[in-house]
Amino acid sequence: MPAAAGERWQDQLYDLLRRHDVTQFAYVPDAGHRILIDRSLADRGVHSVALTTEEEGVALLAGADLGGARGVLLMQSSGTGNCINMLSLAKGGRFPMLMLISMRGDFGEGNPWQFPMGQAVEPVLQAMGVIVLRVETPQDVVPTVEAAMTMVFQSGNAVAVLLTQKLLGAKAF
Amino acid sequence: MTMRYPAGVDVAAAVAAGFVLDRCEAVPALIGKADDFLIVTGLAGTARDIASLTHDSAQIFTMAGAMGGAVMIGLGLALARPDKRVLVATGDGEILMNVGALATVAIMNPANFSILVVDNGHYGETGWQKSHTSLGVDLEKIAIGAGIQRTRTVSTEGELAAGARLLREGNGAAVVVLRVAPAEPPAYKRNFDPAACRNRFRAALLGA
Repeated sequence: MPAAAGERWQDQLYDLLRRHDVTQFAYVPDAGHRILIDRSLADRGVHSVALTTEEEGVALLAGADLGGARGVLLMQSSGTGNCINMLSLAKGGRFPMLMLISMRGDFGEGNPWQFPMGQAVEPVLQAMGVIVLRVETPQDVVPTVEAAMTMVFQSGNAVAVLLTQKLLGAKAF
Repeated sequence: MTMRYPAGVDVAAAVAAGFVLDRCEAVPALIGKADDFLIVTGLAGTARDIASLTHDSAQIFTMAGAMGGAVMIGLGLALARPDKRVLVATGDGEILMNVGALATVAIMNPANFSILVVDNGHYGETGWQKSHTSLGVDLEKIAIGAGIQRTRTVSTEGELAAGARLLREGNGAAVVVLRVAPAEPPAYKRNFDPAACRNRFRAALLGA
């Protein structure tokens, strides 16, 4: 579906997720996902689930799938490390998992604390059997997440879409 | 039924601290008719409790890894299926690994969701080392502090009926902490293949 001129890609992305019956939005609050989180909070048709740590979200998505519902886990790159053992559910149980990761420790990062996990996101996810797709431009967001949803909900994979700092911009310090 | 205490467990200390009930009798008494629930279990002990109770039915999802995930799997299932009553049965060690999940459950507070913590004060699967709950940590108080409004500790036979009611009450998320003796759970060989367990659960519930 073509987006209205001037519409934010974040709004297009939210509408895309809803069109594909995503009804559980799980997140640890994050600036990069602020618009998606706010829209899920305002949407009476979904469960907007604030987590204390990202691994809770991996388990939540497995439970949603057991009940026939679809979810998405929104997190920052640093949260990836908190999920690793719980991703056993994806690889061992073949639970579908859709993760959108806002990157830090990447292009133009000014906080040295963000680099160890940021640079490890791809190899760590791949080691746990998660397919990684990267988005660097606003026009690629919707097609990439749409492709990811087919890979997740039709083919039963775990897929992480990395919303890179080329897309989001590096946080200024 | 005679409880089987593993070698090396300090039975006197467990009894003094109120860990006396036999899980093989108390868990079935609390759950009652298991078919009334969709059940997610923790690892090892509670997986065996529930698999034994249901003959490893398609209405249960048992874990043998991904420790710390049982409560959140149950929450996702409860949110997905408000028409069904969802029960998580897990151990003290499993819930201690992710106590933050109790806070997440509290803020969502689904009416169809209950958690049964089978608390034996020990890590039975790894050699019966004492867990934090043998050393003063109170999981009911943690649940209350997390914001769960319906909680109860059951440590005597006389409290079983009230605990059973709370698991079925349906007015919001509930936590029942069942204190049991550090003795062996039922012997039962369940399906350990998580993908097979996922598929059979979904086939039974969704026809898919």
